[in-house]
Amino acid sequence: MNTNRLGDLERAVMDALWDREAPATVREVAEQLADRKLAYTTVMTVLDRLTGKGFVTRERVGRAWSYRPTASREAYIAQLMLDALDLAGSRDAALVRFARSVTGEEAEILRAALGEPARGEAGPGPRPRGRRTRGERVPGEQR
Amino acid sequence: MITAAYLAGVLLASQAVMWALLRARWTWRATRTAILTWQAVGLAWALSAVGIPLAIGLEPYGRGVLGALPAFAADAARGQLPAPGRLAAICLGLLLGVLFVATHVTSLVQAIRTRARHRALLALVARRDAATPDVFVLDHPAAAAYCLPGLRSTVVVSAGALALLDRAELAAVLSHERAHALERHDLVLLPFTALCRFIELCRWIARRPVRSAPRWPRSAYEAVALLIEMRADDRALRQHGAGRLAAALQRFAATGVAAPAGALGVVGSGDGFGGAAVGGRTDDHLAMRIERVRELQRGRSAWLARALAVYALSVALVLLATPIHLLG
Repeated sequence: MNTNRLGDLERAVMDALWDREAPATVREVAEQLADRKLAYTTVMTVLDRLTGKGFVTRERVGRAWSYRPTASREAYIAQLMLDALDLAGSRDAALVRFARSVTGEEAEILRAALGEPARGEAGPGPRPRGRRTRGERVPGEQR
Repeated sequence: MITAAYLAGVLLASQAVMWALLRARWTWRATRTAILTWQAVGLAWALSAVGIPLAIGLEPYGRGVLGALPAFAADAARGQLPAPGRLAAICLGLLLGVLFVATHVTSLVQAIRTRARHRALLALVARRDAATPDVFVLDHPAAAAYCLPGLRSTVVVSAGALALLDRAELAAVLSHERAHALERHDLVLLPFTALCRFIELCRWIARRPVRSAPRWPRSAYEAVALLIEMRADDRALRQHGAGRLAAALQRFAATGVAAPAGALGVVGSGDGFGGAAVGGRTDDHLAMRIERVRELQRGRSAWLARALAVYALSVALVLLATPIHLLG
């Protein structure tokens, strides 16, 4: 039950950060989620976890941390779609697709959302097959 | 030397069976048996490939590979090494064995990592649809439907796919995806992913030019990938009827055709496996699946396909039993 609630909170906090379009402190996020009546420490824990997972980056502003999303919601959706459409270069049978259809234009838009060049992932030389390529990562992701 | 010769025979025979499977059409009418045949013959191939050098190297011990390995280890610990030729064969065999296991482990670990990351992102940005509560929806106009396998598999569709399909067709697609999840088709495919990785590694170790790598492991991967799609199609059409499934496939194919040639192939044409062919082949796969569902709609009897399938599976099992018996 706990993990479910935590996942739910993470999502709510991310939504709050994405909606703001500006970095926010823990207090500001808590205020934005006022209808959920969350404790300050809860919001802080969730933001910590999100930072640990690389979805959020933070920097010190005065005495408080200021948090912002590492990438936009659209960029994450684009990344998932690239995975789903098998355009991401990961070929480890990680997903099983029914079928996909994508026009060249859509593929370009998806890549543009990640800010990567169209042919960015075809590296030169032999290498073990299926290794994840850098291009799969969202820019700025911390791992 | 007799053992090695037998194993070489098994290796060649497995290769021949795979060659036949790649060309067979009966596999379309007996998907489950065909998938099992692929698994058995693939394992027979791998076991004999590892077993041949070991059998040659350990022959002086005269007690089978598994029995001789501890004796060899004990001798080696005491500093008594066999003749250089034998030693080289043993090392090659052990190396192949280690690579065989390592490629499986890395393929699995890689897949699990990719999925975990994918799952984490889904939790943040996908939404649930009231009409289909157990399905994640991605708000994106491109059409995609897929299964994220795992202990708790997840089915995901894009908004584009929802717009593309009517209710009945969507139900067929979801049932197809749930079949993947239920039968863990990702695990079915894993040995073939590992095999491709294994070949890639051997090629890398041998530092041979890219062109000279054998093509059949990739073809085998593609063939099994197509078979699991057909297997999932079977489940979907049993639940929702061939007409709906055909319609859903047709819709994906129709929008896909709008893609200029090479649009999907932009990715990774340079690195050996997949790449351009993944895009191209998958479109072929879609066409083949549509053709097959239409054939099934016509309701032709499948007894011949079933008989061939049972025959092929028995051959594969005999091939598999031989190295297991010889190595034990």
